Amino acid sequence: MLYLKLFLTFLEIGAVSFGGGYGMISLIHEKVISYGWLSESEFLSFIAVSESTPGPLAVNMATFIGSSQGGMVGALAATAGVVLPSFIVIIIIAALINNLLKFAGVRAFLSGVRPCITALIIGTAITMFLSYFIGFDNIGSSISIDWRAFVILALLVGLNLLLKLRFHKKLSPIVMILISAALGVILYGI
Amino acid sequence: MKKILNLFLTFLKIGAFTFGGGYAMIALLEHEFIDKKGWLDRDEFLDMTAIAESTPGPIATNSATYIGYRIAGIAGAVISTIAVCIPSFVIIYIISLFFDRFLEFRYVAYAFRGIQVCVVYLIASVGIGMLKTLKKDVFTSVILILVIILNIVFTVFSVNFSSIFFILISGVAGIGFYVIRRIMGKGDSDDALS
Repeated sequence: MLYLKLFLTFLEIGAVSFGGGYGMISLIHEKVISYGWLSESEFLSFIAVSESTPGPLAVNMATFIGSSQGGMVGALAATAGVVLPSFIVIIIIAALINNLLKFAGVRAFLSGVRPCITALIIGTAITMFLSYFIGFDNIGSSISIDWRAFVILALLVGLNLLLKLRFHKKLSPIVMILISAALGVILYGI
Repeated sequence: MKKILNLFLTFLKIGAFTFGGGYAMIALLEHEFIDKKGWLDRDEFLDMTAIAESTPGPIATNSATYIGYRIAGIAGAVISTIAVCIPSFVIIYIISLFFDRFLEFRYVAYAFRGIQVCVVYLIASVGIGMLKTLKKDVFTSVILILVIILNIVFTVFSVNFSSIFFILISGVAGIGFYVIRRIMGKGDSDDALS
């Protein structure tokens, strides 16, 4: 039953996605790739779409995967799934235990969860880097270096450093996405 | 009833303008509910932000649920949560209908190859940004380094180990570490875990 599978998968993602935004990226990544719902490069493309449209990544991802796998009903099932766990948790907190964060046990739990989420995000970035830049997915894959990707990365890092050091400014993700789209057309097009 | 309609429209608007993730949205919420409407006071708002950040789920939906409940009970919570999701649901649903065909254009595909580089960079910079806010103690560093290494090793060797286990084990380790500290009498809880 596809709708149930979509609902339950995103329920699971919603239940453990601490840290907002990118906190759930490694879990979503592992689920959608292992179920064959998206390829590695479709996943990255969709993150860019999600960055350029309003709404949280988890909700956008649920709507997108739900819709591409099971149409409108699939989109509703997956989106409801991803929102439901936090909805219930927040209602309970708002109604009963307003001072939740003052409990030592809760804070102790979060003191372990925070570095773990950070590590998962960094780990995801590193494995994506290996896969996308040098074609290294796992121990069996052969290496193929994508020099254009390195050029684009170097330009992005350089531009950001320049803006930060000289003008104390930061580029918004949307502007960076637009710049790299242009670089992609130029470099891969030639 | 009027309050619920007001909540619905406010969160619809907030949902339509939350580019840049949850943290950008907090400023918007503050403006709407404290400065304009006066429905929440600043202390409660800070509590809400802390709760929205430390419970699972996106900050946007968490704060909609919380504020909706505080202002109009369960009905308010349901309406606000649905309202904040509607704009992105509609936009992403429409995109999903033609995304595949859109990617088939050659130059669009080239553009997305460039964009994918940018996304890897964005994810890495979010991770590094979070790294800076972490506490600099031994326990935090051990969890951080172990999870990074294991995560990469498992991926490289195609070992199936869900991130959920990493999260839960780290949380339990946090509790274990706290208990050990208490037993050994090294500092009180506030000092160790603020």
